[in-house]
Amino acid sequence: MEVFIDIALLTLLCITAMAVVHIRKLFCAIMLLGIFSLLSASMFVNMDAVDVAFTEAAVGTGISTILLLLGMSLTNTREKRPHYQPLFSLVVVSITGAVLVYGTMDLPAYGDPNASIHHHVAQRYIKQSPLEVGPPNMVTSVLASYRGYDTLGETAVILTAGMALVALLGMRRRKVLPMSSSSGCGDYHDMKDHLVLRIMAKIFIPLILLFALYVQFHGDYGPGGGFQAGVIFASGIILYALIFGLEAAMKVVGYPVLRVLAACGLLLYGGVGVACMALGGNFLDYNALAHDPLHGQHLGIFLIELGVGVTVFAIMVIMFYAFASRRGHTA
Amino acid sequence: MIHLPVALVVIPLLGAAVCVLFRRSFIAWTVALAAAWSGFAISILIAVYIMKIGTLSYSIGGWPPPWGIAYHIDYLNSFVLLIVSGIAAVVMPYARTSVNYEIEEDSQAYFYCLLLICLAGLLGITVTGDAFNMYVFLELSSLSSYALIGMGKRRRALTAAYQYLVMGTIGATFLLIGIGLLYNLTGTLNIHDLAHQLAVNNIIGSHNRTLLTAFAFIIVGLSLKLALFPLHLWLPNAYTYAPSVATIFLASTATKVAVYMLLRFCFTILSGGFIFKLTLGKILLIPALAAILIASMVAIFQYDIKRMLAYSSVAQIGYMILGISLATPLGLSAGILHLFNHALMKGLLFMVMGAVNYRIGAVYLNDFRGLGRTMPWTMAAFVVGGMSLMGIPLTAGFISKWYLVQAALEKGWWPVAALILIGSLLAVIYIWRVVETAYFNPAQEMEAESSGEAPLSLLLPMWLLVLANIYFGIDSSIPVELAGRAATLLLGGAS
Repeated sequence: MEVFIDIALLTLLCITAMAVVHIRKLFCAIMLLGIFSLLSASMFVNMDAVDVAFTEAAVGTGISTILLLLGMSLTNTREKRPHYQPLFSLVVVSITGAVLVYGTMDLPAYGDPNASIHHHVAQRYIKQSPLEVGPPNMVTSVLASYRGYDTLGETAVILTAGMALVALLGMRRRKVLPMSSSSGCGDYHDMKDHLVLRIMAKIFIPLILLFALYVQFHGDYGPGGGFQAGVIFASGIILYALIFGLEAAMKVVGYPVLRVLAACGLLLYGGVGVACMALGGNFLDYNALAHDPLHGQHLGIFLIELGVGVTVFAIMVIMFYAFASRRGHTA
Repeated sequence: MIHLPVALVVIPLLGAAVCVLFRRSFIAWTVALAAAWSGFAISILIAVYIMKIGTLSYSIGGWPPPWGIAYHIDYLNSFVLLIVSGIAAVVMPYARTSVNYEIEEDSQAYFYCLLLICLAGLLGITVTGDAFNMYVFLELSSLSSYALIGMGKRRRALTAAYQYLVMGTIGATFLLIGIGLLYNLTGTLNIHDLAHQLAVNNIIGSHNRTLLTAFAFIIVGLSLKLALFPLHLWLPNAYTYAPSVATIFLASTATKVAVYMLLRFCFTILSGGFIFKLTLGKILLIPALAAILIASMVAIFQYDIKRMLAYSSVAQIGYMILGISLATPLGLSAGILHLFNHALMKGLLFMVMGAVNYRIGAVYLNDFRGLGRTMPWTMAAFVVGGMSLMGIPLTAGFISKWYLVQAALEKGWWPVAALILIGSLLAVIYIWRVVETAYFNPAQEMEAESSGEAPLSLLLPMWLLVLANIYFGIDSSIPVELAGRAATLLLGGAS
């Protein structure tokens, strides 16, 4: 049965990917990309990788679709047809694909219990992590503790992405405010007049924010964690900005606050690591944080997940602001 | 003392967050300077420790290696660490004046933030003993370098950054595919454990097609990142349009770290680098030689001198890969040594570009007219850097060329040795064009009055590198010793 679902999903994935390449209308392409992410999220669920699926759904179908749409609204809605046939690219891509297929020939079969991937480090993660790290969700144990340093790196990647965007697009104060209300970014203002949208948003936004908090603090026990929670919390704010206008959202959380939050999230994460060193452990060795190693692990994971959540939230909203306020300038 | 390896990465990383927090240009620069200098100090301490006692390991999170992420430093890493952190330590004092001139006041804090993240990323790649951790920090350094390049003054900087973003992302993805396949084969991500598992499970000798594919992807991906000849197309634009400080830093560190990764994957994971001895050496030899000849020739015809130096970088990368592809102790140590020497000379030459740009506002060949008189110290530095690039005795560049020619002759590859010398002659031509314009062409009357010598804050770091170029050309015992030991370690198979 699982194989059947996998084949169906993979077929749909291939069709969507080809449609994205083929289609010239950027709006359709972006929507299809969202569908692509949702399909891959479903595949991850089928693989029992719910945490990954959760992230893919939140980022791929949620935030990145909105960011792509915003980017599109700054440029053009149709892709320019290249004036040459990119045959060379086709050849390169085909060869790469063929090599990849060739490379899978000596891989252990999909789901083979004897594959070495299940017998080396994974054994300890499965058997020992409840005893030496604690959380029932061992994905959290691996991400936050065994390989917590990678997660620190990833958090820094998120911060880099946000700062790169701000450095390149600029995050000027919106001096064009009075003008924009008449013509500029009219679309947002118009949405305020949609009664259904407005009421639904008012109902949904608190629930979204609440759910984000749940995902944040329940990550030890179920799928979720700081990354997903940050994205979901950000999408609550972004929804608010989309419907009630950018200025209204910026009054709630302005750019300076977000900038400080983004930095503090990473500092919190790194600070936990440094605190571990100060208390006599290695960097990010949470055992040092409390007398009982398990308590230490619990506290450490809680704090770094919080750091991840805060940074991801702040950067996602900053990215949205950077694009959206740009839109006011050029329109 | 035991926490030094991790402090090396954590200081710039958290420093970057502090830059964002305060967003004041001066504070950000101070933080960056402190982080870079402490990083260099730590690298020296680590190098001394390694020379005296041996390899240094550090388990992050207290988890032992195959389960957690561990840092593992041997001769090779510590040598690359010295290069990266040393260049950062010289660039930061230079950065203040140059960045003030080239970057808007509002964005300066972000510039330092991204520069620090890039530094943390490059150092993180170098110290780690974990293949996936390497990828994470590669992402960190790449992403920040795209933004750094895009911050250049000219509008084409954005296109250049975009071009690099596409090529660099393909490279990083290929690397990730390769690491993923390796993980699937062995169930581990630790580099030394990977080597062990591949050997113990008899995967290496068994013509395993997945292993072959994994390394095909890793090598192509890294060749993109290190700008090996046909895959170098992103580099000239990126180096030309990036802000001077970004060019100096990236040109003398980023490609070196990519070469380091290539060495790590090919020589440590596949113990002793036997694929180089079998086929890969010969496969890489051709693009390396092509890089030396073609990129040097293209450099001769460039009028934007920054672009000329960028093409020369492509050629110099050819020398490094050439040395590595010989896969003999001498060739390998020549390649590794050239990482160091090239960082010295290209750092210096791009610093000169930054200073000329500061005074004149552009670095076209025409702009160099009469600079020999108006900016004597800057142009003298250019001459020393140029001589080092050509490989004239008593400069650092000579040492690596000397070892490289010896290594080629040792194998009996006369044509290769001849090509190395031809490459040097081509370098003489393109450097001479600039020197001739600067010293023998009359200055434009308009600018002769307005421009003077570069400010001291630019000259001091520049002349520090001039002295380094000369010092390491006369007494090269330290880098030669380290590179030699690293080469022996790589060829002897990692333990």
